[in-house]
Amino acid sequence: MIEIKDIKKSFGDNDVLKGISGKFEAGVTNLIIGGSGSGKTTLLKCMIGLHHPEVGIVEYDDREFTKMNFEEKIEVRKEIGMLFQGSALFDSMTVEENIMFPLNMFTEQSRSEKLDRVNFCLDRVNLEGKNKLFPAELSGGMKKRVGIARAIAMNPKYLFVDEPNSGLDPKTSIVIDDLIKEITEEYNTTTIVVTHDMNSVMGIGDYILFLHEGKKFWEGSNKDIAHTDIAELNDFVFASRFMKAAKGKF
Amino acid sequence: MNFTNFGKYLLLLKAVFRKPEKFKIYLKAIFKQMDFIGVGSIGLIAIISTFIGAVMTLQIAFQLVSDFIPKTIIGSVNRDSSILELSPTITAIVLAGKIGSAISSEIGTMRVSEQIDALEIMGINSPGYLILPKILAGITMVPMLVVMSMFLSITGGYLGGTLSGAVTPAEYIEGITTDFNSYTIVVALVKAFVFGFIITSVPAYEGFYVKGGALEVAQASTRAVVVSCISILACDYIVTQLLL
Repeated sequence: MIEIKDIKKSFGDNDVLKGISGKFEAGVTNLIIGGSGSGKTTLLKCMIGLHHPEVGIVEYDDREFTKMNFEEKIEVRKEIGMLFQGSALFDSMTVEENIMFPLNMFTEQSRSEKLDRVNFCLDRVNLEGKNKLFPAELSGGMKKRVGIARAIAMNPKYLFVDEPNSGLDPKTSIVIDDLIKEITEEYNTTTIVVTHDMNSVMGIGDYILFLHEGKKFWEGSNKDIAHTDIAELNDFVFASRFMKAAKGKF
Repeated sequence: MNFTNFGKYLLLLKAVFRKPEKFKIYLKAIFKQMDFIGVGSIGLIAIISTFIGAVMTLQIAFQLVSDFIPKTIIGSVNRDSSILELSPTITAIVLAGKIGSAISSEIGTMRVSEQIDALEIMGINSPGYLILPKILAGITMVPMLVVMSMFLSITGGYLGGTLSGAVTPAEYIEGITTDFNSYTIVVALVKAFVFGFIITSVPAYEGFYVKGGALEVAQASTRAVVVSCISILACDYIVTQLLL
């Protein structure tokens, strides 16, 4: 479980996060949603320590991450897997080397054990046999799946996903969403997905935290999101013509 | 590099020299960088050094028109100039262009494509993993390249001088073997060590803190070469002043 309490972050005069709190449980898909510039990626980066919040607490299973020193943070980070918006695969390495990289760094496994784990992770994301390809030879969806395979290589307790569907077609987006949900439930990970894709919200949003202008405006599940009277949330949820037309059918 | 940047540079170096997560992986990366920085630069440094030595000999011969000055002095001047100044400094400046821009753009691209963030999220000390092997390869391979450059510059002087008839082979060899002070080699190697550190660490710093996209990576690469060259020349003066 990850808990955030009163997170505030600004860049110069721009207050990006204005006191955000929330609780993200294990085994369910937690979504942070909001429009562009609402602060969701900044919140994610504060949670994983890439940004340092001016005020607030981030706790990983009651361990206060924000107060930890460099070495203690590294220990927590070994329990974190992350899928980046652009996949962030190491482009000088093959798919196999990318997934094996954290295993090389932090385990004493033999090469065959590591290879077994790589193949298991690739099978899990339906990319068996793609070991020797380089990231430049992969499609956007395949890159995301390799990113997921790398993120789960170390059996993470916490999985962070930043805009998993950006640049993907709707069909591939569903594949990625389903994969994230399956992995979350299978390994009981605490999964946090940052997205503004309404398909993801309706499809996998077990717990949703809606941000608007750096503040938490609403929290709930995908079953409740279409039935609120919060204007800012309705503007976001029913922004597309398709959703506007479908309004009332939820 | 203003004081803020210099402070950031020192803090980055502090992070670079943290204990490696796994020495075996770092060792592999060091050898890879040695191959890139050292072996990959042999051809370029060889060509440049040979021609500089040859041109130096011709120019010294052109200026020494007096019959009172023995022609053996051409070899002596070429030897000392090559060892003390030309080989370390020209090698370093050429490498700052070749290696520096490559290091800066490699690390800068990793930064803008979130690969450095990915390393940090995995719990890896990214400055150490990305920069330490480059610095260690730089401070070992640049002195080796400088030694090779000294030898080829003096050899180039021999070829240029004798083929043009500016000096006879016997005069040149007598010149380069007379009054040789081995301390000049020590000074050159100290310079090479310092330059090797600058050539790798300054571009790594410029790349590591890039913000933006392709344009900013290119700008950082240019800045890396400029700052490295100026730092090399400033340190050249300081080391010469301290050691001679």
